[in-house]
Amino acid sequence: MSIKQTFYFSTLITLLITFSCSDPSDSNENLVDNFDRQSILENVTDNIILPAFEDFNAKTAQLEESVTLFSNTRNLTNLETVQSHWVEAYKSWQHVEMFNIAKAEEVYFLQKMNTYPASVSRIENNINTGSYDLDTNNNNWAAQGFPALDYLLFGLADTNSNSLIFYQNNENLPYLNYLQAIASQMSQVTDMVHQDWIATRDAFVSSSENTATSSLNMLTNDFIYYFEKGLRTNKFGIPAGVFSANNTRSANVEAYYNTTQSKVLSLEALVAVEGFFKGKAYNSTAVGASLKSYLDYMTEDSTISTAIITKFTDSEQLINMLDDNFSFQVTSNNNLMVDVFNKLQEGVVLLKTDMLSALSISVDYIDADGD
Amino acid sequence: MKNKIANYFDRQTNAATLAVFRVFFGVLMCVSIVRFWSKDWIQSLYVDPSFHFSYYGFDWVKPLGVYTYVLFLICGISAFLVAVGYKYRISILVFFLSFTYIELMDKTTYLNHYYFVSVISFMMLFLPCNAQFSIDSFIRKKTYKMVPNWTIDSLKLMLGIVYFYAGLTKINSDWLLRAMPLKLWLKSKYDLPFIGQTIMQQEWFSFFMSWGGMFYDLSIPFLLLFKRTRSFAFVLVVAFHVATRILFPIGMFPYIMILSTIIFFESNVHQRILDFIRKILWFFKIKQQISLIPILEVDRFIVSNFCRITIVALMSLQLLFPWRSLGYPGELFWNEQGYRFSWRVMLMEKKGSSVFKIVNTKTNSFFYVNNNDFLTPIQQKQMSFQPDMILQYGHYLGSHFKSQGHQNVAVFVESYVSLNGRLSQQFIDPTANLMELKDSFKHKDWIKPLNDEIKGF
Repeated sequence: MSIKQTFYFSTLITLLITFSCSDPSDSNENLVDNFDRQSILENVTDNIILPAFEDFNAKTAQLEESVTLFSNTRNLTNLETVQSHWVEAYKSWQHVEMFNIAKAEEVYFLQKMNTYPASVSRIENNINTGSYDLDTNNNNWAAQGFPALDYLLFGLADTNSNSLIFYQNNENLPYLNYLQAIASQMSQVTDMVHQDWIATRDAFVSSSENTATSSLNMLTNDFIYYFEKGLRTNKFGIPAGVFSANNTRSANVEAYYNTTQSKVLSLEALVAVEGFFKGKAYNSTAVGASLKSYLDYMTEDSTISTAIITKFTDSEQLINMLDDNFSFQVTSNNNLMVDVFNKLQEGVVLLKTDMLSALSISVDYIDADGD
Repeated sequence: MKNKIANYFDRQTNAATLAVFRVFFGVLMCVSIVRFWSKDWIQSLYVDPSFHFSYYGFDWVKPLGVYTYVLFLICGISAFLVAVGYKYRISILVFFLSFTYIELMDKTTYLNHYYFVSVISFMMLFLPCNAQFSIDSFIRKKTYKMVPNWTIDSLKLMLGIVYFYAGLTKINSDWLLRAMPLKLWLKSKYDLPFIGQTIMQQEWFSFFMSWGGMFYDLSIPFLLLFKRTRSFAFVLVVAFHVATRILFPIGMFPYIMILSTIIFFESNVHQRILDFIRKILWFFKIKQQISLIPILEVDRFIVSNFCRITIVALMSLQLLFPWRSLGYPGELFWNEQGYRFSWRVMLMEKKGSSVFKIVNTKTNSFFYVNNNDFLTPIQQKQMSFQPDMILQYGHYLGSHFKSQGHQNVAVFVESYVSLNGRLSQQFIDPTANLMELKDSFKHKDWIKPLNDEIKGF
């Protein structure tokens, strides 16, 4: 080969390969038997995310209706219906909180729905002034959503009949109005996020490449983030005082005023996490392509996925040993709370190191150079 | 023998080779800086973070706030001046200093190819790359036809070291017998058109790439050296680097290596490249002063013993320095003692999770640190599996909480790391108070040993 030929040939290769590969092709037909990542996105979106949002949307709508009913007819039955719908919706929420992507992220869905502890002073102030911006003012995150309803439904009096008396007093009508405003805000925001999921489903499912902004990478990162922050830190770590020099924070539990649901909610969250990992459908026991099956494909066995699932079940067992009321738990025997935190942390390690390594999914959100 | 050495250092060759090298290097560096800037990495990597991971002994090298942009500007301009050969020696000095300063600011982004750029630019300080085809030669109205042969050989040797050592370090059981970490990485490239779902998923392909990569790195310096195999070798270089460019996010490195290896060709090739560039300049009406008559003497500074000795010393250091890891006990990939600056590229898929615990040693009360409060995601990722960074961050946390009024502060870390597909295991001794440990070049006995053995380099 002459020098000239060498150069031409080399340039040709460079151009050919560079152009053929920088051209994003979406006609990835399955040529051999191997794992199809798009099937994870399809399964997770169609059988978990969309049904969960549909259910949650229905439950926030139902919650709003029952609040309206209660404000029209203030009796004990109607109050208790609101309370039970609040519990239903809150449980359903545990299944959607981890999908903090796209519209949800853009409108601060998570922050608006579940910033706890609720800010009582902010809530009272909003009620007194009667003018508040729940949409764009982030100071109002802690004055709306489930924690604010928690306060308004359970925190104003020691019993339901006393709560009813409170609401029947026409001087307290502003409280009733605020209750309605919050319930309607929750249902509106949820509907917006749900509709966006429906509208963007196809685009979301087809973005299966391995880049920082692709659907699978964002889902995986959000899943781990939720497991670490939403579940481990918020539900257990902060109340147990592991971030505050062992000073327990009994008022920082989820559903603080309600006093009976914090354990139920955390167990529900764990079910959601495990379901997502395994690819279990929201409405049935059907299991489809998931992080677990992908992990098993990449590692050619199920050692890591089994270890991860064991952490889930171990955590569940430890949570079952806790009191229904976490607020009571941290003051009576905080060690059990810390045990759950530690077990969940073991799960974080497996997800962040073993799983991410095996899947080669990047945890930094910028595509920096490597070598 | 003495005669032979003296003869060798007296040998001369066409200066066009160095001129081509200088132009390509300067242009690529200039492009690199522009690319870095346009991706907004100056902001996200150097301006935004509140804490930076310094290299041992270089704590004084810190980002300069918004003036970091000025630093990059200086670096980019000096690269351009190197390319055109204007006040070459000052330009390359400024480039070397600014580029190296940038790299020393934060080891989160350590890359072997940045180190390569620093080494090459340091060498170029002592090489007469502006002898020909430079603005300098117009200004001094002198263009040198010849340069000492050793100046070119030193660059060839440096490139050879990079390749050969990169090949040597691939001779280990993870790389050759388990095809790790390539197997993980290649399989995750499912989204590449055509090959992504087919050969990328095949076991044999990972092994083929691992062994092929090793043989490529070990043999390419020699294939480039001999005239008979050179053209073939260059085609290999291009194919190899373009392939790595497609498979991995390695930025400008493939282009730097491809253009650098052109130095192995005979000088008539470089002459033709210069003629080609001249034609382009001519097209843009930039005319050469043809009145310049090439003279045969060589730049006095260059023949000085000082330059020769510096280059010989640097080459010797380069040959020896990568072996320092042998002085440390334990698993190199795990402990990373002597891992950097040794041309170990793409050998590890390592991920970690490190949670820091601040303990009051008197009351035994403690709390965990939220790393998001102090580090960017990329810093957290890199810190989580590198012992020296864990220690450095631990010290930073300790003094931060002390300054906040916390008493009797001890810092512990619960750190777990997985390496090349192994199950994660505890990385740092959880009972070691990081505040009582000092970083040094000594063995870090607070790293828990890897429960496995990786044989080889």
